[in-house]
Amino acid sequence: MKVSIFSTCLVDLMTPKVGIAMVEVLERLGCEIDYPASQVCCGQPTYNSGYLEDSKLAMKNMILAFERSDYVVAPSGSCIAMFHEYPKIFKGDPDWELKAITLKEKSYEFTQFIVKVLGITDVGASLEGNATYHRSCHMTRLLGEKETPFQLLEHVKGLHMEPLKNSDNCCGFGGTFSVKMPDISEQMVDEKSSCIIDTGADILISADMGCLLNIGGRLSRKGESVKIMHIAEVLNHQNPVITKGGSQS
Amino acid sequence: MSLQTDKRDFSERTTDGLGDSFMRNAVGSAQDSLKTRRLSAATALGDWEQWRTAGQQIRQHTLQNLDYYLEQLAGNIEKKGGHIYFAATKEEASSYIRDVIVQKQAKKIVKSKSMVTEEIELNHVLIEAGCELIETDLGEYILQMDDWDPPSHIVAPALHKDRRQIQRVFTEKLDYTDDESPEKLARFARKVLRQKFLEAEVGITGCNFAVANLGAINLVTNEGNGDLTAAIPKTHIAVMGMERIVPTLAEMEVLDNLLCRSAVGQKLTSYITVMGPSAAGDTDGPEEFHLVVVDNGRSDILGSEFNEALQCIRCGACLNVCPVYRHIGGHAYGSIYPGPIGAVITPLLGGYDDYKELPFASSLCAACTDVCPVRIPLHEQLILHRQNIVKENRTGSMERFQMKAAGRLLSSPALFGKTLRFAHPASRLMSRHGRIVRGPELIHGWIGARDLSQPVKQQDSFRAWLDKRKGESGQ
Repeated sequence: MKVSIFSTCLVDLMTPKVGIAMVEVLERLGCEIDYPASQVCCGQPTYNSGYLEDSKLAMKNMILAFERSDYVVAPSGSCIAMFHEYPKIFKGDPDWELKAITLKEKSYEFTQFIVKVLGITDVGASLEGNATYHRSCHMTRLLGEKETPFQLLEHVKGLHMEPLKNSDNCCGFGGTFSVKMPDISEQMVDEKSSCIIDTGADILISADMGCLLNIGGRLSRKGESVKIMHIAEVLNHQNPVITKGGSQS
Repeated sequence: MSLQTDKRDFSERTTDGLGDSFMRNAVGSAQDSLKTRRLSAATALGDWEQWRTAGQQIRQHTLQNLDYYLEQLAGNIEKKGGHIYFAATKEEASSYIRDVIVQKQAKKIVKSKSMVTEEIELNHVLIEAGCELIETDLGEYILQMDDWDPPSHIVAPALHKDRRQIQRVFTEKLDYTDDESPEKLARFARKVLRQKFLEAEVGITGCNFAVANLGAINLVTNEGNGDLTAAIPKTHIAVMGMERIVPTLAEMEVLDNLLCRSAVGQKLTSYITVMGPSAAGDTDGPEEFHLVVVDNGRSDILGSEFNEALQCIRCGACLNVCPVYRHIGGHAYGSIYPGPIGAVITPLLGGYDDYKELPFASSLCAACTDVCPVRIPLHEQLILHRQNIVKENRTGSMERFQMKAAGRLLSSPALFGKTLRFAHPASRLMSRHGRIVRGPELIHGWIGARDLSQPVKQQDSFRAWLDKRKGESGQ
């Protein structure tokens, strides 16, 4: 099965290890990897700020970049949720509406693809540790994907999951919201960080780098040693030992 | 109170809210306990998603045929001897009510909770006309006694106050001498209010839904104050937003179910009443009934891209799940309609001049959209507002410049490739020990509260890794 990777601009700029982990997991599961090099960004930063016309340029670029793909898979529920909005945004546009629908129908978030397309819930990963999971709002509410990360995490050997209080409250990232209304965003991420610390978990897992950079940045500022891991890194993990504050061995 | 409750800048109001730990504790714990109660009340009904769809369909059907149902309502109210008045503006609405009261030479007025009477500044108009007016909803009464402190929630107006603050208000204003137990405070208020009900000449209520085929109104309350306000005084004046109407009792039943469960997590509130003009031969109830139907900008929303906002049944569920409302509280919105629905309808009723920040006071987490019992796509409506505000050039020139630049960058593989190459070296001047420590305003908002690593070096990027692999495998 040929899978086109949509790495997302955050992974491109900030966290290449997440892209690498995703590719390694998918290859281990028998996928052939393709990377359309003309991809950039789903357009969400400008779209959510109200700059519709400027965002459409980015969206059209993505539609074209993945035009020949069979499946598009990204390590972000939020970016894929944005793809799923394209048909609404291009509704009535004779040149783009159909293409937008086609892109939506072949696009999946990473864990969603593994469980729902490949039909796999045990990827053979093992990671010793106490972890908690942050549900990203866009993945759970806009993409409507609540279960697949948990189905996969359940089969990671050695991993114990702690429930997170108020897990459906937003972490305060919200893209440009976090810089446009920093005071409010700070309080939101602060409360989220406190809930995470209260679980006693050593690892925070999520399927969206936006949330993880936000929460991780706050935890680090507070001097907390909770380790931040994208779910692709967890599912790619084969060595069982991980300690609080330390690096994985 | 008018639509606008605070004329200061949004940022000043927010700073006040964020600094008010009493309010934030009260709102946070109210949100947490309401969530559990709402969920169990919703689950008890069976397939909640189907009920939401039914609610959405009823509201959409009614809005599409609003002229028909309003005419039917008016005909039925008049047939039963009641009066109906269509007010195009808030001034028309409050003047009509004042005139009815002045004509009767009435002075003593009791009111039940009603957001639309806040919207038309009724209290102000009636007090100017020399009336003695008392809010009888316990929350509203507390606010009135606290020198008309503005409401901060559309269902629980005094949500921002804890019991000690309420005790202080009663002690200072009403010579209350007992402790802060809720039962004692409520009993004290009830004693004062009972006397007011008996003395009142006119009772003014809101209207949860008007029932078109009956020529009646439906009130949903927990304290029973709404029923006393409507039933005891000789004249009952009900005020409704133009869109708050249902065809028959069958649709009312669906919406009341959604309303009670979403608002307070109850199957039903203590009092669900259907009332209107008294029928001939009735031995109780008011002698005279007026229904004031308030447009005040609603016709402009009808049929517009914001039409779905008119589906709102004012349950407040979107406030109860909103993480922004949780931290800044209701007053920060500067409107009698706070929270997500407030951020949607306040700019529609009051304009962007005063309210252009509200649609941006959201992380677009969509908790509001998810909880709305009549499926208003609230977060999408906030994005629509943002688009309009951008179209009208109301955002700062710096932001416009940055967003235009971002639009070009994010649509150009070549420009983005250059960015990936230069991001790391460019960030070196702004960084210390691999962390960004200074930068333009945008970055400043972020690093004020969080650490931020430098972007990766080009040779360490994901794309470089893919290229290297391709080279190694000889592809």
